Amino acid sequence: MSAFIQEHGILFGTLTVVIQIALFMVVLLIALAFILLLDRKVWAAVMMRKGPNVVGPFGLMQSFADFGKFLLKEIVIPAGANKTVFLLAPILTTTLAFVAWAVVPVAPGWVVADINVGVLYLFAVSSLGVYGIIMGGWASNSKYPFLGSLRSAAQMVSYEVSIGFVIVTVILLVGSMNLTEIVNAQGGGIWTWHAFALDHFPLILVMFPMFVIFFVSALAETNRPPFDLPEAESELVAGYQVEYSSTPYLLFMLGEYLNIVLMCALMTTLFLGGWHGPVPLPELAENMPVLVNNLAALAWFAAKMLFCFFLFAIVKAMVPRYRYDQLMRLGWKIFLPTSLAAVLIVSGYVVYTGVQS
Amino acid sequence: MEVIAFWILAVIVGAAAVFVIAARNPVHSVLWLILSFFTSAALLVLIGAEFLAMLLVVVYVGAVAVLFLFVVMMLDVDFVELKQGTLQYWPFAVLIGLAFFAEIVMVRTVGVGTRLEPSPGADSNAEAIGQVMYTDYLLLFQVAGIILLVAMIGAIVLTLRHRPYAKRQNIARQTARRRADATELVDVTPGKGI
Repeated sequence: MSAFIQEHGILFGTLTVVIQIALFMVVLLIALAFILLLDRKVWAAVMMRKGPNVVGPFGLMQSFADFGKFLLKEIVIPAGANKTVFLLAPILTTTLAFVAWAVVPVAPGWVVADINVGVLYLFAVSSLGVYGIIMGGWASNSKYPFLGSLRSAAQMVSYEVSIGFVIVTVILLVGSMNLTEIVNAQGGGIWTWHAFALDHFPLILVMFPMFVIFFVSALAETNRPPFDLPEAESELVAGYQVEYSSTPYLLFMLGEYLNIVLMCALMTTLFLGGWHGPVPLPELAENMPVLVNNLAALAWFAAKMLFCFFLFAIVKAMVPRYRYDQLMRLGWKIFLPTSLAAVLIVSGYVVYTGVQS
Repeated sequence: MEVIAFWILAVIVGAAAVFVIAARNPVHSVLWLILSFFTSAALLVLIGAEFLAMLLVVVYVGAVAVLFLFVVMMLDVDFVELKQGTLQYWPFAVLIGLAFFAEIVMVRTVGVGTRLEPSPGADSNAEAIGQVMYTDYLLLFQVAGIILLVAMIGAIVLTLRHRPYAKRQNIARQTARRRADATELVDVTPGKGI
């Protein structure tokens, strides 16, 4: 990015970057409003309800109405709360959730920062997400939020380990930590996507389970049901969010959903071929202008992301909540050994066949 | 531009480090520590060592500092009382600080005068570190791994308590259980009971 700024001059280059970031954020936020609605609609449909259907046609404006409501309410800060940390926590959560999106490529060349260590960067930023929750729970100076935040800290740290190993298998196959290169490595059609890995034939037996493990770990990492123990309403009222109201609560919500969508984007980039369609059409792509190609790529990316999000939403509606010891058992005794074995197998395969270089 | 960024980040690192020891609330101390870790990672990015920076964030901020925070929040210790009398150790603190400062000055003056190359002889510094770690210093790397493993096992052995009275779930047994093992169908004649 600094090379880009030097190339285009300090004023123009910086301005372009800032506009890019702003555009990305606005599109993301508007998309998020409808994704939130989708989540509620899917949940409602599974329960044979109608879901939000009053504000706007089919309830499409529901999220915007909610947004206005959150903004207009009073911010209640509990007495004895640590005020600075209390307000810092939701801001941190949302900021980190936005920051992580900087390296996600949504179409060829459409990425804010195309850095060499993109995957590590995502991993690092998502591992910081736990601070927002711990700080919020602690600063509330109340028992349920504190218990919720302790649970979430243990849970997120545990599942990060298996997510890390799953990511390593993909990095090993590609030989790069750059997200754009990881996507480009899956450009040869649906059989080259890492979830199937049919071009490295026997590896589908490893990579497809890795995809599933990544999905389940992403559920746990983002505190989604069935692993929403930090906010289990039957035991902890609402966990770390109990004392939050109005805009701070909105920011927590926003950060949480941004992280969920980020995990969907990550699943798409790492395992489902990113912006590539299931069948490569090089002749068609050559005859089209670049913009059309990029928009088609964006559409594929969005479609895959929505598919992943649909899985997240339907899991929320269908699966009962895990018990805490079962959650820990799943993470440490099943996912960790499995993904570790997968790293061994994949690295053995890469060394034996020499596919990478 | 890089110089401006460096000074801003350096001031933040320094100030955060001072607040770590100055903050009255131990949780605030840890939060300042996290800020100083994070900003040092930014400094590493500034000299082009992006791989190290990411590792610093993942390992120290994402894992080690979380455990710090966890422990400090759980401890029920009066830190104000604990801190009393700390000031009498100031000569040692000054000594250690001076030694550390002298080492940094030595590295800059005696050792290498110019700026260090972040990734000598490779495209990215992940590759450079990999080359060095897995070819030149393979043995040392593995020894370090074994030491860590031993430390981990030691910590587990020290803290593991087997509690025979605690009820545990055996998932294999639970799923292997069939209806016939647990229930019995009895044809009860009215007025008799079982």
